[in-house]
Amino acid sequence: MIKRSFSTIAAILRHLGARVTRNLLNLGLAARFFVAIIASSAICLRRPSLVIKEVYFIGVLSLVIIIVPGLFVGLVLGLQMYDTLERFGSGDIVGMVVALALIRELGPVLSALLISSRAGSAVTAEIGLMKTTEQLTAMEMMAIQPISRVIAPRFWAGILSVPLLTSIFNVVGIFGGYIVAVLLLGVDMGTFWSQIEAAVDFRLDVVNGIIKSLFFGVAITFIAVFQGYHAAPTAEGVSLATTQTVVKSAFVVLGMDFVLTAFMFRGI
Amino acid sequence: MAANRESDSLVNISNVDFAYGDRAVLRNINLRIPKGKVVAIMGGSGCGKTTLLRLIGGQLRPTAGDVVVDGQSVPRLGSGDLFRLRRKMGMLFQMGALFTDMSVFDNVAFQMREHTALPESLIRDLTLMKLHAVGLRGAASLMPSELSGGMARRVALARAIALDPMLIMYDEPFAGLDPISLAIIGRLIRTLNDALGATSIVVTHDVQESLKIVDYVYLVSEGMVIAAGTVADIHASTDPYVRQFVDAQADGPVAFHYPAEDYRRMLSGQ
Repeated sequence: MIKRSFSTIAAILRHLGARVTRNLLNLGLAARFFVAIIASSAICLRRPSLVIKEVYFIGVLSLVIIIVPGLFVGLVLGLQMYDTLERFGSGDIVGMVVALALIRELGPVLSALLISSRAGSAVTAEIGLMKTTEQLTAMEMMAIQPISRVIAPRFWAGILSVPLLTSIFNVVGIFGGYIVAVLLLGVDMGTFWSQIEAAVDFRLDVVNGIIKSLFFGVAITFIAVFQGYHAAPTAEGVSLATTQTVVKSAFVVLGMDFVLTAFMFRGI
Repeated sequence: MAANRESDSLVNISNVDFAYGDRAVLRNINLRIPKGKVVAIMGGSGCGKTTLLRLIGGQLRPTAGDVVVDGQSVPRLGSGDLFRLRRKMGMLFQMGALFTDMSVFDNVAFQMREHTALPESLIRDLTLMKLHAVGLRGAASLMPSELSGGMARRVALARAIALDPMLIMYDEPFAGLDPISLAIIGRLIRTLNDALGATSIVVTHDVQESLKIVDYVYLVSEGMVIAAGTVADIHASTDPYVRQFVDAQADGPVAFHYPAEDYRRMLSGQ
């Protein structure tokens, strides 16, 4: 009996140890991959056209998925906030609340989640398929580093695109709040804009929001290229890698958001 | 045959062992690829033919032995030197491995743009010449998804010879092709090798087509070279494995049945 309990405990410990070792190995692999990307990034300065092409793919083609949800988030936020604020007789400050909520929090987080779902998963699938169809091996055999030619331009394009798309999300969201508050609920237009102008601080709110989105951009693009490059070269492997990109990006963005918010807005 | 003289060889594989984990794939392989010749490495599926190509290209390192290409020991090369050596190699992958986001023209021009500082007008002319050599100048603007299997293989061949390599490696160039495409690819392998003054290694299990175009044959089975010689030698061989392979016999040294317990005993459930 005691012998069996010991062997069960040993099996659990072995399993746990294997999991920890595997995760540590993956972490080391990710760190090496990150350093390799940075070391291979000179090509992005020498040939900016490679990055611009990817900015189009990651950024421009994601505009619809940013503008439409951005507008609806603004519309809903306007309705909800006005309803709550009006109970305290403060319906006029709805513009300020919508703007701060979007610029500080919802804009960076929701944009990052949307971009990882649309562009991150696409980048992973593209790189994974390139691996499956031996395109990356072919490149290596042509004496061309895939990390330099394929991965680095996508990585930097993602980092550039995320803050830009976040800014567009914020602007469209505030416009959605304007439609609800001013055009539908009758809040004075001058009050709406002046409240925003008075309350939103450029350095504290706008710059911090952009910094957040930059961090999110690094995280979600890195996860996307890492998952694609290390996908098993099978249909199932690419499918799994694509799913992992979306799931891991969501966890990392939400966790990172808490940490960054704690640092940026403490004591305010 | 020149394959026996080391100085005339472009590729020397000596006493090479290779294993994927615990699974031994190649065992004490010795091969010489003479300069200017088309050499076939033949054998059944999974016998280690493609692994040999990967060892020559430096994608894999042998667990023992040495692979020398153009006088350089490939496993000992650093990444910079390995990449410099690879610029002198061309490789045709089994499924072409064309870059799917680029047109046929851009696929062939890819290496010239990456490795040379040639003006775009010259790259255009050279690319069209390479495409003309494989009969696909008219398909320059097509995307890989618009090509048939045979056409994709020919574009991949044009891409492989883009920088006039000294060594061209073909991984199953005849797999999955119709008879016409098969004949075209076979003829191109021979004529391009002779026209460029290159050396070619054709890894294949297509006996009839490859014996028409190659100068020398290595037959590999279970990770070992079991026969080698000119096409005439192979045709004249009485070795049971060579005969089974060349004559495409279903049973022989390579058994039809996968090892199993006695048939009658299994059926009767004893």
